[in-house]
Order: sequence, then structure tokens, then C-alpha cells
Amino acid sequence: MSSEWPLWEVFIRGQHGLNHRHVGSLHAPDAEMAVNNARDVYTRRNEGVSIWVVKSSEITASAPSEKGPLFEPSNSKVYRHPTFFDIPDEVGHM
Amino acid sequence: MYAQMVKTDGTRVRSLDEMEPHERAFQERVDAGQKIEPKEWMPDGYRKTLVRQISQHAHSEIVGQLPEGNWISRAPTLERKAILLAKVQDEAGHGLYLYCAAETLGISRDEMYEQLHSGKAKYSSIFNYPTLTWADIGAIGWLVDGAAIMNQVPLQRCSYGPYARAMVRICKEESFHQRQGFDALMRMVKGIPAQKAMVQDALNRWWWPSLMMFGPSDDASVHSVQSMAWKIKQNSNDELRQKFVDQTVPQAEYLGLTVPDPDLKWNEEKGGYDFGEPDWEEFFNVIAGNGPCNAERLNARKQAWDDGAWFRDGLTAHAQKTAAHSVAAE
Ligand SMILES: [Fe+2]
Ligand SMILES: [Fe+2]
Ligand SMILES: [Fe+2]
Repeated sequence: MSSEWPLWEVFIRGQHGLNHRHVGSLHAPDAEMAVNNARDVYTRRNEGVSIWVVKSSEITASAPSEKGPLFEPSNSKVYRHPTFFDIPDEVGHM
Repeated sequence: MYAQMVKTDGTRVRSLDEMEPHERAFQERVDAGQKIEPKEWMPDGYRKTLVRQISQHAHSEIVGQLPEGNWISRAPTLERKAILLAKVQDEAGHGLYLYCAAETLGISRDEMYEQLHSGKAKYSSIFNYPTLTWADIGAIGWLVDGAAIMNQVPLQRCSYGPYARAMVRICKEESFHQRQGFDALMRMVKGIPAQKAMVQDALNRWWWPSLMMFGPSDDASVHSVQSMAWKIKQNSNDELRQKFVDQTVPQAEYLGLTVPDPDLKWNEEKGGYDFGEPDWEEFFNVIAGNGPCNAERLNARKQAWDDGAWFRDGLTAHAQKTAAHSVAAE
């Protein structure tokens, strides 16, 4: 038997209420074991308070070759940043 | 190092002008310090070299558990036992991070295991030496993990994203490994003369193999030049070895030990130590499979894999059964 276990991506939420963050991946036969293994490998020093695992094959990623067309539209929209607007000092903090 | 003498296939490093547009764009990104990510275009040689280097590094972490595992059940106190166990567990994790990084390049975990178990893939020469006394465990943490840190810290800046990120995680843990080893030796040298002699004996046996970890001088090697151009290697072997000696000799002095090298001498002019040449014949012999423990290590590793087969199969069967049930229930 011994077929290779599927690959899972591991996401951990740290102590301070931030988003779950991708920390790495591992092989496991099912989701439950993937969480157990993630606990053993990725939270050995109090790194997290919550673990998500998702099968790598379930992830859809943007194509690296489309990086240009995909992200270019936002490049020209500098007015989306607050620093685009000059607020006079007299107005105070805004 | 953990990956020693990794070949790059090329016979000479090509200049930007000689490259095809794809390769040139790739090299320019590497030169600019950008990270290369798994699905992006990369030269075939870059991919192959990385697979060799990362898998060899992963195998070293895994096989590296064996010499230390030898002492888990015989550690002198319960606290030392818990510490050693945690350290060896970390090494299993290091192997895992690295296997995952290699997998992003298109090789499967099973293929890599196959290469290790068949003897086709190499692992670091250092793990083919025996751990005869408890002082050897301290010496491994201090010297072997110390040498590994020298090599792994610059690899955090490696051009391949998944490898660099694995290194960041690993480096965070290595400092614990080195300190626990040095701490164990500090305790022993303050003990009775027989204990101190044991530490000196461990240093005598581990010093030269530790220097060999960096590999032979590679200043003239085309593989090394190519790996540096690709930023999957940042320093020459001699450079790292020099740094290791400069850092470690004062630590040996602090422990009241004698480094077993009659040629060791402070060189004021270069601001570092002059030291003797390791026995490279011994090194090549160990690499070729004829070290004191090569056969024992490989057999132990294969046996662990084979003995675990029934358990892995059980987990797989359980996963399949549960999946089938949940499909039937839908
Ligand atoms: Fe390690
Ligand atoms: Fe290590
Ligand atoms: Fe280590």
C-alpha cells in the first residue's frame, strides 16, 4: 500500500489576534492528522492559538506570468493612498 | 556543510550577454536581490542544483537525529533528557521544512526518501561518526550545530523563496541547540577530572570532522562560482571555516580545553587564527560510504521507515474509510 499522503498548507494565528498566516506545509493522511502534525511541528514554542490546514491541491493561485496585467491597474492609482493628499498643518492631525 | 560539494552541472558561468532573454531576466532579478518563487521560470540547472542541495540538507537533518538519539535513554538527568529530546525533535522538523521546500521544485517526498535509502543521495559526512560518551552530545550541539549555524545564517538570504524561508525558521531554533550543548560541557568541565577528560576526548574526536563539514576549499570550483551567481551559496567554504575557527577557539579556551591542532596560532595581521589542514582523504572516504557509521546510520533510517509502514498504512486506510463514509452520507 504505502501511497504518499497529500500535501497540506498550514496557517497559524499568533498570540496577538492577527490573521492566520501561512507558515509552511506538511503531508498527512487526513485533515485531523494534518492539524495534529501542524501542532507538533509549527507550534512547538507557543507560536499560535489557532491552526488552519487546507489541502494544497484545493488552492487556486494567480499565475506568476500574469503578475503584470493582474497588478498593474492599481499602480497608477496613487490617490488610493492617504499620503496623496496634502492637508495643511493648521488643520491638525487627520 | 549540511549540503557538501553540491554539483551544478555547468562547466562555466555565463555572462548576462550570453544568456537567452528568459535566463537573463531571471539572473537580473537574482542580482537585484529578488526572491524566486516556485511556479516562476528558472534555469534547469538552478532547479536541479537546488533540489540536490535542499534534499541533501534535509537528509542531513533526518540522519542527524541518529547519533544524538543514541543518548536519549541514557542522558544523565531527566532535565537533560527532556532537552535532548526537544533538540532531536527540532531536527525532525528541520528535515520536514526542507523536504517541503524541495517539493516545491517538482520532486516528491517519496522520491527523496528513495534516494536517501538507496544510498544515491548524500547527507553530511559528520553524522557518520559515533557518539561514544555523553560529552559527545555536548560536543555535537556546540560544534556541529555551531558549524551548521555558520552556514545557515547566510542561507536565509538565498534567492529561492521557500529555501530562504525554511532557513529563517531553522535558524531561530539552532541557537537553542548550540547553547544546550555548550551548557552540558560547561557543567562537565567543572566536574571531576575524569569528566573533564571526557570532554577533552570528545573535542579531540569532533574537532576535525566539524571543520570538514564546510567541505574542501572551493575557491577554484566552477560549481561554487555558479552557486554564488545564483545566490544559493553566499560564502566560500574556506571563509566559513575561518569564521567557525575564530569563533570556536576562544570558547574552547573558556572551557579549559586544548584544540587538537598543533598548527593553531593567532595571526595578528589577518585578525584570525591560522590552523592546520583537515585530513581530506578521511573526508572523501566518509563521503564515499566508508566512515565508521555509514552502514549503521543508513540501516537505522531504513528500518525506522519500514517499521513504520504498518502505521502509515493504518492511517491511510482510516482516512480513506472516513472519506468514503462522508461521501455516502451526502
Ligand atoms: Fe537542524
Ligand atoms: Fe542540525
Ligand atoms: Fe540543530
